[in-house]
Amino acid sequence: MTELGFPLLSLVTFLPLVGCVILMTIRGDEATVATNAKWAALWTSLIVFAVSLVLWFRFDQREAGFQFVESVSWLPEYGIGYRMGVDGISVLFILLATALTPICILASWDSITTRVREFMLSFLILETMMVGMFSALDFVVFYMFFEGVLIPMFLIIGVWGHVRRVYAAIKFFLYTLTGSVLMLLALLAMRSYAGTTDIPTLMKTSFPVAMQTWLFFAFFASFAVKVPMWPVHTWLPDAHVEAPTAGSVILAGVLLKMGAYGFLRFSVPMLPEASAHFAPFIYSLSVIAIIYTSLVALAQDNMKKLIAYSSVAHMGMVTIGIFSFNIQGIQGALFQMLSHGIVAGALFLCVGVVYDRMHTLEINRYGGLANRMPGYALVFMLFTMASVGLPGTSGFVGEFLVITGAVQVNFWLALLAATTMVLGAAYMLYLYRRIIFGSLTRADLRAILDLSPREYAVFMPLIVLTLWMGIYPSAFTHFFDASVEAMVSHHAAAMAHQVQLAGVPAR
Amino acid sequence: MNWTTAIPEIFLSVAGLAILVFGVLRGRYSGPGNALVCSMLVLASFAVAAILIIGGNHGIGYNGQFTTDAFSSYAKLLILAGAALGLVLSLDYNRLEGLARFEFPVLVLLSTVGMMVMVSASSMMTLYLGLELQSLSLYVLAAFARDTLRSSEAGLKFFVLGALASGLLLYGISLVYGFSGTMDFNVLARSFADPAGVAPGLIVGVVFIVAGLAFKISAVPFHMWTPDVYEGAPTPVTGFFSTAPKVAAICLIVRLMGTPFGHLLASWQQLIVLVSIASMVLGSLAAIGQTNIKRLMAYSSIGHMGYALIGLAVGTAEGVRGVLIYMVTYVFMNAGTFACLIAMRRRGIALDKISDLSGLGRTDPMLAGWMTVFMFSMAGIPPMSGFFGKLYVFLAAVQAGMWTLAVIGVLTSVIGAYYYLRIIKVMYFDEGGEAFDRRPMSLSVVAAAAGLFTLFFFVFPAPFVGAAQAAARVLFG
Repeated sequence: MTELGFPLLSLVTFLPLVGCVILMTIRGDEATVATNAKWAALWTSLIVFAVSLVLWFRFDQREAGFQFVESVSWLPEYGIGYRMGVDGISVLFILLATALTPICILASWDSITTRVREFMLSFLILETMMVGMFSALDFVVFYMFFEGVLIPMFLIIGVWGHVRRVYAAIKFFLYTLTGSVLMLLALLAMRSYAGTTDIPTLMKTSFPVAMQTWLFFAFFASFAVKVPMWPVHTWLPDAHVEAPTAGSVILAGVLLKMGAYGFLRFSVPMLPEASAHFAPFIYSLSVIAIIYTSLVALAQDNMKKLIAYSSVAHMGMVTIGIFSFNIQGIQGALFQMLSHGIVAGALFLCVGVVYDRMHTLEINRYGGLANRMPGYALVFMLFTMASVGLPGTSGFVGEFLVITGAVQVNFWLALLAATTMVLGAAYMLYLYRRIIFGSLTRADLRAILDLSPREYAVFMPLIVLTLWMGIYPSAFTHFFDASVEAMVSHHAAAMAHQVQLAGVPAR
Repeated sequence: MNWTTAIPEIFLSVAGLAILVFGVLRGRYSGPGNALVCSMLVLASFAVAAILIIGGNHGIGYNGQFTTDAFSSYAKLLILAGAALGLVLSLDYNRLEGLARFEFPVLVLLSTVGMMVMVSASSMMTLYLGLELQSLSLYVLAAFARDTLRSSEAGLKFFVLGALASGLLLYGISLVYGFSGTMDFNVLARSFADPAGVAPGLIVGVVFIVAGLAFKISAVPFHMWTPDVYEGAPTPVTGFFSTAPKVAAICLIVRLMGTPFGHLLASWQQLIVLVSIASMVLGSLAAIGQTNIKRLMAYSSIGHMGYALIGLAVGTAEGVRGVLIYMVTYVFMNAGTFACLIAMRRRGIALDKISDLSGLGRTDPMLAGWMTVFMFSMAGIPPMSGFFGKLYVFLAAVQAGMWTLAVIGVLTSVIGAYYYLRIIKVMYFDEGGEAFDRRPMSLSVVAAAAGLFTLFFFVFPAPFVGAAQAAARVLFG
């Protein structure tokens, strides 16, 4: 129970489902249902966000352990319980999920015209799954939410997506499912060894090194697909291109974070030896991701595909940060995840704005938009700069911290990782120039309208957050300071223990 | 002699005969109405039988031929639930297809009695008696639409191959009897206490018995009849085939492997592992190319039997508990799926192509919603009940260190997910099709009941797990 004596996390998790029930009861003709469904979904998500803000204010930043803990017996004979709780690592992701959901609903206000009610239902169910996943303190509960995310996302891509949506949806589903089922086996193996699936207990359990290797690969199969890491990233560009705008936003904003969160929550604290052993492997994949996908991004002529590849590169920075095992690296990874969640989400929204008007994602179909859409040009520029990592925006802090962390591991690693800033600037500015600058050559662009008040309302919170995180990052880093320190010292202790063991001669 | 152990079976048999006489006497006056009344009477006797099972005492009766314990009660309740759901599904279908004859519910009841005898058998003779009562009724049911070519073909095919399997089983039983001198399960168990002294001929007998029973659960390599029979039989009969008889046959195998052959674990384990892997692989790969949804469900059920057999292959109480939980989730999601399939009917013509489902998400969101729940559940996606079924069998496999089985199991479940997703894709992503006919109340009720069970199983798994645990302990202490 929380200090309020109140199951806050369960409330935030399941409140969207109450909205679903309300949505189901709406009666009337199609237009009425659509309007009412939109408003009901928006209000539900806003209320959920308001409730989740309690976490922001009441979370004790000095405490490294889990807070707002709830525990209900569920399958006691299996050591499985319904346990919820947050620590510094997960709390901000819950807020990210609850903040992005109303934005997504608002962003699809006019662009979703068919089966509006079902769309809103999917989104609210998705919100439940995301929040539940970040607050689960039991591995089985985590797994249920982790896989449950697939169902609404599959439908969002498949029903409301673009031309090749079926291919993209099935690819997305099967890729992630393959990884997840292997994680399920790892989960069961851990349960057999430790007798429980309680995450805090598992964090304290030390698994035999040989077992850790297998567990690490099973987790890797699941989380690397989710992050996504090179070479299992190919589902992401397809999913992004075919998904509706709101789907892309939530995919880039929250779903990609699930993989990195999994590494932080499970791989690093529970399997310290295997993580340390395979860190160079992760570094290599991450560096390849950064350089290779950045170059691929440079060659794209589809806006969403370009941003999707840039996401893979940015998430490469995150995995380097996580596996540097030092405070700066992990903090940088966390910050980069939050920042990327907001900035990449905002970039997809920017793409959505022009897509709604012109119904094409081809970069060549645009050009000179600054003439007709000055407001849009400004907003797009801000997020482009944040994506590049300009100081003063959120993107800078995360990348800087990760590079600082990487330097402590290896100078060359840091150098290669830092190419992301150069390459990122190249493809993002190139994209920006092709869309916004130049002269208006196409006749159909002459009548294009600037941002509507609704669109300003969508972007405003994201602009504020981007600048706030860039100018005063401590407001956010304080949340995870204590938890990250505890994690790093736990890792160091585990490694020292192993060295000690290695020093003992075999009998 | 403790004759009271068989009261539910005796009651059901008497009720079945009474309903038969009742139907014959009334038959002169009414057609479909008569069938409806008889169906209701059968459903009522199922309910009474369930109460008798819950209230009945456990023990061994009829000179060790017949036993009731926590395991048999669990299986019988599940069989009754599956049979009742199957019967409800047939009510309106039979009326619309002109099959509404009062023999139908009576045959369902008689096969159910056979299944109940099967799971209570504690002697080879009782086993065979129950199995044949069940099978003969099912042969007739498969051919119930006697004027359509496909149904008669299904019935005949089922009968010929079923008779062959019964022959194998009988041969196996005679070998076991010949080498051990007894048919009593408990005596057999005692005589195998030292596996080293077991005659090779006896092992051959066990193999024949497993082969005969593998036919009944349509496990690979004895699955060939399944797609044809599933496709040809009237859809509610197919639905019935894929629920209650599967439960009975799986429970029978579990009891057989647990009690009389429990000490021979090392001998039959590899056999079950092979059958399980082959079923999972074939079930997931062969279903991909299907265009007929009933054939697809046939391959799906082959795959599901493979997953259930994982639990048996592990050979522990945890494994059997997994099997029993798997069967509960399977019966309900399968009955629900068939409710949706029976609702596929345009202008009075029943449909069975996957493509006929296209656009269902738009024309009938409710039905498509339930179907989606069942498909995700079959694919094993949480939080649907199908996930828990898989969770418990994989848990047992991992605990016993049977990694090959577990890894192949999860990978085939991913392949299997593809064809379940394809159905969802057809319903939601494809444009198309006009609306189905208004579906009868009975189908909505079954779909909703099974759907709610499947969707909210995660809230209350504990009672089912507890009951399955108690049942599993009886066999694998």
